Amino acid sequence: MRHGRLLRLTAAAITGIAAAVLLTFVGLPLLAIFLRVPLSTLVAQLHSPVARDALLISLKTSLTALAFIVVVGTPVAHLLGTKKFPGRSVLVTLFELPLVLPPVVAGIGLFVAFGRFGLLGASLQRFGIRLPFTWVAVVMAQAFVAMPFYVRQAVAAFASIDPQLVRASRTLGAGPSKTFLRVAVPLARQSLSAGAALAWARALGEFGATALFAGSLQGITQTLPLAIYSAFDSADLTACLAMSALLVAVSFGVLITVKILLRSRAWV
Amino acid sequence: MTDPHLDVELHHRLGRIDLDVRLAVGRETLALIGPSGVGKSSVLRAIAGLLKPKRGRIVCDGRPLLDTQRRVDLPPEERRVGLVFQDGALFPHLSVAQNIAYGLRPRSGGRRERRARVAEILERFAIAPLADSRPTRISGGERQRVAIARAVATSPDVLLLDEPLSALDTVTKSHVAAELSRILTGLRLPTILVSHDFGDVAGLAERVAVMDAGRIVQTGTTAELLRAPASAFVAAFVGTNYFLGEARRAADTTVIDLDEGGRVVSDDAAVGRVAVVVQPWHVAIGDPAVASPDANALIGPITSVAPRGGTLRVAVASTPAITVDVAADAPVVAGLTVGAVVAATWPPALTRLVPPA
Repeated sequence: MRHGRLLRLTAAAITGIAAAVLLTFVGLPLLAIFLRVPLSTLVAQLHSPVARDALLISLKTSLTALAFIVVVGTPVAHLLGTKKFPGRSVLVTLFELPLVLPPVVAGIGLFVAFGRFGLLGASLQRFGIRLPFTWVAVVMAQAFVAMPFYVRQAVAAFASIDPQLVRASRTLGAGPSKTFLRVAVPLARQSLSAGAALAWARALGEFGATALFAGSLQGITQTLPLAIYSAFDSADLTACLAMSALLVAVSFGVLITVKILLRSRAWV
Repeated sequence: MTDPHLDVELHHRLGRIDLDVRLAVGRETLALIGPSGVGKSSVLRAIAGLLKPKRGRIVCDGRPLLDTQRRVDLPPEERRVGLVFQDGALFPHLSVAQNIAYGLRPRSGGRRERRARVAEILERFAIAPLADSRPTRISGGERQRVAIARAVATSPDVLLLDEPLSALDTVTKSHVAAELSRILTGLRLPTILVSHDFGDVAGLAERVAVMDAGRIVQTGTTAELLRAPASAFVAAFVGTNYFLGEARRAADTTVIDLDEGGRVVSDDAAVGRVAVVVQPWHVAIGDPAVASPDANALIGPITSVAPRGGTLRVAVASTPAITVDVAADAPVVAGLTVGAVVAATWPPALTRLVPPA
């Protein structure tokens, strides 16, 4: 009897200590960003030209990347989620690869594909299109790494739609595209929004692929993460912290939004 | 305009069974019945265009919906075939009124006309109070009514109903059945109603087609199927007694030696192979010791007693086994316990002889 109780107490103590360690490990760095310098200084720092440029570039590129991901990813996810065809699982795996691929490798890949001497880049060059080190390159880097966050969520959402509803729509006179727009998309809406929020957050935080494929040119390709690194490099810790604090706040907001979206089902 | 008329011929491989179906439906309700997995729903899906059969031809009022030989295969949205799904398949993100408006073609009149049409349908199906409700918030019977209303709103040429009653509880079922009967009578559309329960559809359909393993084994009115089932399968499905045997004439009567053993007498004249049909409600149950020697009698223990409306359906494990309907308030009911040995008796005059399968 006493033995069992001792064991239970030990287990509880170990769990408690583990929780405390984890909380400190995750919580402290986030807290430190806000505690190092007064909040008013952080806000003031955001008005510096470097920070403002980076914020604008980040917004422009990440939102463009998101638009691209949603427009291209939604129909593809619908196909992958609702149709069975040979090679489907290979495609799904391929589209998920950027999740685990080191972003720097993604950047290298983009460079040798779309760069000046890349597979497709050389042909683009002939038409006068040059992608590397432009804001389009930033968008491409972000879209590459953020795509799976949206597509995975969207595939799962479309796959979970009762096929009977799709059949009902067809027998009621709606063709495949009307059925997609009026049944599939509305039913998947919450999941699609959640996936979009996650993808946007990932695009916003993109660093490795962007640094390699687009560089860090202030006012052109320098996004917030790149500006943070650059400020850190030039020992401007206050600017660093200001932009970091902004990204922490945004990330937190995105996560909360995603949780709310995935919990609620508007029609219930 | 000629009567809308539906002609169906289908051949398809469905897992282990070969679907091979020929159907003609006028302005009437045809019930397609059979146990689960015989291909009934697949027939509906093929007519609606949701399943493409290997070979087949579907013509509705002269308009070919499918003709595999001539490579005609209209998509579901162009067939004008209304299909009511088993669970209703209502769109959960739309209100009842929006569900009904969904199928109204955008070309057919302006917004006001559409709204008027929705209002009219809501009124006609007595679901106006539910107009703004979500389908998840209404009862099973209401959902079924909305599903039928939604299909009818599109003015289809053909109406197909897949197990419209099977998901409902007994009380709701009888309400919905009565309503459905009224609605179908009013529509006068070629209608096919699929069910696995003969009792559910017996009152709804003008004709009943019994399906087994991908084929229609018998088509007829409810009365015809009960009077002369074409096989033991049909008999079991419609719930009547069916015994095969060898008939010979003896004096004024026919004596039948049953294949399973036992002997019965009939007033019908026949010689050779016959099927004996005895309606469960023509059979009486009594004490084996006092059974009349003039009546046919099968003796055995009771294996089950199941209430069906105002009657009890009693299964007796005699040789051959027989099913008996007893009025729920009959004096004999008190002694009807499982295991009790009883005599099931019926007169030769109510012993029908039909050609065997």
